[in-house]
Amino acid sequence: MSTAITDAATVTRVPVTGKEKRLLRHAMMPHMLCPGCGHGIILDAMLSVLSERYDNLDNVAFVAGIGCSSRIIGYIDACTLHTTHGRPLSFATGLKLARPELTVIVITGDGDGLSIGGNHLIHAARRNIDLTCVLLNNEIYGMTGGQAAPTTVLGAYTTTTPQGNTQHSFDAAELAKAAGATFVARAQSYRPQVFGEVFGQALDHVGFSFIEVMSDCTEYFGRTNRFGGGADMLMSQARYEPSIDADLARRPTVEPIADAQPVRPVLPTGLLYRSSRLTLEETMGIKGARSSEVNETGQYSTDQGRDA
Amino acid sequence: MRLIQGNEACAEGAIAAGCRFFAGYPISPSSEIAEAMARLLPKHGGVFLQAEDEMASLGAVLGASLGGARAMTATSGPGFSLMQEHIGYAYLAEIPCVVVDVMRGGPSTGLPTLPSQGDVMQAQWGSHGDRAAVALAPSSVQEVYDLTIQAFGLAESLRTPVTVLFDEVVGHMREGVELNSPDPRSIGSRPRPTQPPGASFEPYRANEALVAPLPDFGRGYRFHVTGLMHDERGFPTTDTSIVAALLERLEKKVQVVTELVEPESYLMDDANLVIVSYGITGRTAKAAVDVLRSKGVKAGLWRPRLLWPVQDGLLKEALAKAEAVVVVEMNRGQWAREVERVAHNDALLHPLLKAGGAVITTEEVIDHALEVADGLPAAASRRVPLAEAVSWTEGKNQARMVVPASTTAKIGATEVDIEKKVGGE
Repeated sequence: MSTAITDAATVTRVPVTGKEKRLLRHAMMPHMLCPGCGHGIILDAMLSVLSERYDNLDNVAFVAGIGCSSRIIGYIDACTLHTTHGRPLSFATGLKLARPELTVIVITGDGDGLSIGGNHLIHAARRNIDLTCVLLNNEIYGMTGGQAAPTTVLGAYTTTTPQGNTQHSFDAAELAKAAGATFVARAQSYRPQVFGEVFGQALDHVGFSFIEVMSDCTEYFGRTNRFGGGADMLMSQARYEPSIDADLARRPTVEPIADAQPVRPVLPTGLLYRSSRLTLEETMGIKGARSSEVNETGQYSTDQGRDA
Repeated sequence: MRLIQGNEACAEGAIAAGCRFFAGYPISPSSEIAEAMARLLPKHGGVFLQAEDEMASLGAVLGASLGGARAMTATSGPGFSLMQEHIGYAYLAEIPCVVVDVMRGGPSTGLPTLPSQGDVMQAQWGSHGDRAAVALAPSSVQEVYDLTIQAFGLAESLRTPVTVLFDEVVGHMREGVELNSPDPRSIGSRPRPTQPPGASFEPYRANEALVAPLPDFGRGYRFHVTGLMHDERGFPTTDTSIVAALLERLEKKVQVVTELVEPESYLMDDANLVIVSYGITGRTAKAAVDVLRSKGVKAGLWRPRLLWPVQDGLLKEALAKAEAVVVVEMNRGQWAREVERVAHNDALLHPLLKAGGAVITTEEVIDHALEVADGLPAAASRRVPLAEAVSWTEGKNQARMVVPASTTAKIGATEVDIEKKVGGE
């Protein structure tokens, strides 16, 4: 079922319809992302998906924390809530419980969602609250100047790891799955089409859906580790992703390549895990919430991504 | 009339004020508020969420509030510390909410089950940056009910976080309470935009009351909310003049509260010895005033129900005729600093301070006030500087609160007085 999104050869580019432009908050432009940053690609892909579904985003709320990733919600013409560092999921939980009819999308980063906000991530997943969380992982703290993040791989250079990172990194997707997320996917800024596909599925999924997006930070992660510019970093995502069917439990590690720089070897991407259970709204008996029964109508089944 | 606990009265007041969302994390001595909300909210179509920590509690409250719900959380010292970032966020982003802090002894884990009034300064200054806090201080179970209702009214109509601050004794004390249906005016309402949704809507353009109308999320108004400094569109800005104007507006906006919350004045007309106290110690002091009057001391009580912002004008008026001012509080001198600031005359001040978890008894207030009264009008020479003020009654609590010898030595001129007090009891 999910083979289409797994085959790199079939993925070319996001169709440019121009529809997504009307969902932008033009008054907020110009944006603050660096040249070569992958976050804008994901913003564009996200709006493309939403523009196929909605004429406007009156009933979609974006909630984000602090960091480069979180700033992208400011460019979306919706109700956008730019919260405190690490806490967007807590704000989103309150908003969703008070207004279950709204589509709530949380944008977070690897520092925001896995370090300072790690507790909120695992509890949102545990509760299976019906919202979508997109975590843009650029493997570094970009906004504060390139410090090591909990996703920075072992050995990588950052401004706080001048001799190379000595801490192991998180596998965000594995963490979300273990904590109880009922939809887990991983995408890359290199293949916005894959992101678009899993993002659409995540919106349809009733329950806590989590997408980790491997993005790139050219200014800090790329420069410090001599990965080249934005295009080089995107190409590195392509080179080291031969299959999405690899073991989800496999952690990103550093393996030396020809030029002896640390890189991620293989990261499974695409839909990684899917299951169905009652959402927080259902267990609380909140009126106006979606029913998780649709998850089980045959449209979805558990672990398809891994069987593909 | 019902016999209930202060914490239960807080929950009842919240429900009566229309609160339909509560998120909280267990902590003594405030947990009964969460327990009562868990019981009451489903009956009123509301949502109770036990959150993973206090930051998540207030975060969820703010999210629910933007969705349109009247929302509250309750906690105690350590949790109040954790909430400070979100209190600052709510202030700057102008999101209505009520935060209840049932004070226990601190700092740190401190005294989870013993009372204190040690979070008074934290309620104003706990969050970083300049912020004009609003904090109410009930002294009885009835007042917990009434002031919780008023807290919602102020939070909603002013778009700002409001703290309800009481201590473990008020929280756990049981008294008869009239659960009156609140006056709709005291419940207040959120100012709403009059213009229809559209690109020209500016979520932070204030009205004549300096409050910006707030639509709910998901009702057609698409807008941005951020904890960054922002312009009237809600967009981030570092324009220093815009930021300065915003901070000024936010501070001015809440000043109206000083006209909306009545202090209690008891036998103040001819009083030359004015006791200033709030919360549970305000009640202790009131009983003491009656005894002092029977002994011929012209004592009076001024009890603020609003601790922040300070009602400078009313306090100044209350102190105008005073020859001595006794500030009674269960901490090492927090609100006393505000009284000192407003009085602007150190010679008047004779604080009775006590930290360590024991309540201040009526007898202690009487003893202290009599001592002060004896010395009038020469009381000035017997003054203990605030910074070095030590509870006059520590002698009674040697086991709980030991005063190191060096403390008395440093006090210098007042050493004899202190020693006499500590040693003589």
